[in-house]
Amino acid sequence: MSGHHDHSHGHHDHGHDLPFWRKYIFSVDHKMIGCQYTVTALLFLFFGFTLMMIMRWQLAYPGQAIPFIGQYLSKDIAADGVLVGDGYNAFGAMHGTIMVFLAIVPLAVGGFGNYVLPLQVGAPDMAFPKLNMMSYWVYFCGGVTMLTSFFIKGGAAASGWTSYPPLSVFASSGQTVWLLGMVLLITSSLLGSVNFIVTTVQMRAKGLSFFRLPFFVWAQLVTSFLLLLAFPPLEAAGVLQLMDRLAGTSFFMPSGLVFSSEPQTHMSGGGSPLLWQHLFWFLAHPEVYVLILPAMGIVSEVIATNTRKPLWGYKSLVYSVIFLGFMSFIVWAHHMFMTGMGTTLSTFFQATTMVISVPSVIVLTCLILSLYGASIRYNTPMLFALAFLPMFAIGGLTGLPLGLTASDIHLHDTYYVIGHFHYVVAPGTIFAMFAGIYYWFPKVTGRKMSEFLGKLHFWPSFVFINVVFMPMFFQGMAGLLRRQYDQTEQLHGSIAHGLTKMSSYGAWLLALAQLPFIINFFYSMFKGRKVDANPWESTTLEWAAPSPPPHGNFDKTPVVYCGPYEYSVPGKSKDYCPQHVAMEA
Amino acid sequence: MSTTVIPHDLEPHPLTGMYNGKFGIWLFLASEIMLFGALFSTYVLLRVGAPPGQWPAHGSEILNVPLATLNTAVLISSSVTMVMSWAALKMKKFGSAQVWLTITFLCAGAFLVVKYFEYTDKFHHYQVWLNDPMPVGGHEVTTIKGHLTADSPKLECSEKTGAFNIPEYVIITPDGDHGSSGHGEAVRVEGSKIKRISNFGPRHSPYLATYFTMTGLHGLHIVGGMVVILYFMLVGGAIWKRSPEKYTNRIECTGLYWHFVDLVWIFLFPVLYLL
Repeated sequence: MSGHHDHSHGHHDHGHDLPFWRKYIFSVDHKMIGCQYTVTALLFLFFGFTLMMIMRWQLAYPGQAIPFIGQYLSKDIAADGVLVGDGYNAFGAMHGTIMVFLAIVPLAVGGFGNYVLPLQVGAPDMAFPKLNMMSYWVYFCGGVTMLTSFFIKGGAAASGWTSYPPLSVFASSGQTVWLLGMVLLITSSLLGSVNFIVTTVQMRAKGLSFFRLPFFVWAQLVTSFLLLLAFPPLEAAGVLQLMDRLAGTSFFMPSGLVFSSEPQTHMSGGGSPLLWQHLFWFLAHPEVYVLILPAMGIVSEVIATNTRKPLWGYKSLVYSVIFLGFMSFIVWAHHMFMTGMGTTLSTFFQATTMVISVPSVIVLTCLILSLYGASIRYNTPMLFALAFLPMFAIGGLTGLPLGLTASDIHLHDTYYVIGHFHYVVAPGTIFAMFAGIYYWFPKVTGRKMSEFLGKLHFWPSFVFINVVFMPMFFQGMAGLLRRQYDQTEQLHGSIAHGLTKMSSYGAWLLALAQLPFIINFFYSMFKGRKVDANPWESTTLEWAAPSPPPHGNFDKTPVVYCGPYEYSVPGKSKDYCPQHVAMEA
Repeated sequence: MSTTVIPHDLEPHPLTGMYNGKFGIWLFLASEIMLFGALFSTYVLLRVGAPPGQWPAHGSEILNVPLATLNTAVLISSSVTMVMSWAALKMKKFGSAQVWLTITFLCAGAFLVVKYFEYTDKFHHYQVWLNDPMPVGGHEVTTIKGHLTADSPKLECSEKTGAFNIPEYVIITPDGDHGSSGHGEAVRVEGSKIKRISNFGPRHSPYLATYFTMTGLHGLHIVGGMVVILYFMLVGGAIWKRSPEKYTNRIECTGLYWHFVDLVWIFLFPVLYLL
């Protein structure tokens, strides 16, 4: 070490000064936190999917031992390798909980939001970096809490992801753990949403007015408001259910309740089971939009970049998404048409449900019209984004008969409902998540993912996900009820049983179709083709930062000169004008 | 190691007129309003939907209004002292700010002590529901409220439900006419005549369930506020030395939260005690 060098104070070196545990574990950098969220959420996604693959075995081959893994499951879950009823219920409840609260929301908001949003608004980090770290770790603890419930006496929560009382109040202690886990997850979401809103409003780069924000940022902003305002009522409901379970109160327990032919005279009664449903769905309907809005945001970014055109109707998209957010607070009781809450209420919620479909259709229409007349680049992210459009359309439009009280009588609690929301969330949101991973991977790692493996991932996934969910519409219309441990009783050899097997095979093949993705993910991380900071020739601010962006993100604080999607501006030498580059006259 | 400079950490943003922390705490309070809003909605829904007689006509039949009035005064005073602390910091008087902060902390502590006595009183007060009417003090009654005497057998909880098992018998001193501790004669009630027995804890009735849940959650908010205030009482000097402006802002945010917690009580007091 002869010469003394005084050059190590450049931006690129900050990250390297930190010890390992500060850089990778208790990091306050929004990018590392985003990666932590993404990886954790992908693991939970895989775990939730595994639970479902085991359940699909029971549905396709009721009473037969589960191959490969059956022998390793505990007796409470699978006796002699055969999934038992309680195990099936626990798996069902935990599949829903894990997928919604531990996989998709953390992936869409915690992962993509954390990584991309500060970059897209030109900020050096989130407004509250330490709070950001805390929200990840609270989420992590919530996840661990949920997982531990599999190992306690009586098993995990088994009252459905909706946890309707009185069933859930009489359930074994797994339900208490579920409630505690939920309180942690809700807290994490609240901390995160405060951070997102403050960052978006207060830390936009100079020149980045609200109507120059990329649509992804708008989607995240509205999502954050939904999380901020819709989650606390569920937290309240969770506290009330905890009180019912632990302190013997009767918030959700009606007077004169009889359980297992024993009158429940030791409790005061006077509660209302419907109250839980109202509080639960007051969260869980906005939650649907929490699942879908970030997906719309990601798809918009990918489509704009790969059509080389401005998004069609950017302002309509923004107004629609704000209106969607607002309306999502007053449609919740369309999940409760069959509870006997009264026709007047049902009619009101039927009307608002029809109204909320309008902005969703506007968003979809704008995205489809954006394709018109474009010379589209069919790369992997674009394929996933394009697949999102019809899949979300199927999911959305099949929701309309459920929102109409008359047709809901027939379809309620059938496989049709499962088909409907899985079309929205699985080939809809999850495909958008894949689009996002392929799209922003070069930003995170500085390397591109393999296109060949990407297409090998996309096409089988696209086919098999339809094989999984399309039959459910027909089964549901035939009257097949959901949440059944053994469908053969109801089906007795009808054609709908063949469809059950088809769904199951679809699910297992879908799992195989994820192998190219897993290989691609790790292979490209180390061996992928190195690319420059803006490999897709995109316009938004995240591409102005180096890949991967250093601590503090930008070499020089960006200034914004134009809207987010200035592609193919006539008379320019390049077909894209980045937001941070001043356009010459 | 260098830290990233966060814009508007201290100086207000021209659009919102707030620095990040203040904007953040307002958003947090918005979510808190939804949390307590859901609980108030629960209260309204259960009470409005209840058959006559299930809820007390007025909360004051069961709860201690004078103590709660005292607590209201204590909490409002603590809001004032909280503002005084912030005002003192704005005038660069760190010493008096810390004194005001300490008074706020003590007020919060006083509130919790009063609450402790209120809670304990409820847990030692019992009600017995009878299978058939029996004469007590010259009236035929179906339920007796009062305190268990020392020679009454100790009540045991059921492992399954957590509720009290019905004992062989109880000896209970019935309350006076206005809920005052009775001086009447203790009554012996055989277990075979008892339908249900409970203290005035959360499991007693939907009303007390609501009371304990809402005031309990509010109490937790008080405790949370006290932890934050204590933190600033202990390390405030260090932060003040580093950046007076930052410390002033933090106290302002703490104050906003503290006023919110007071405000919740301002709603809880009439709703639970007076209505």
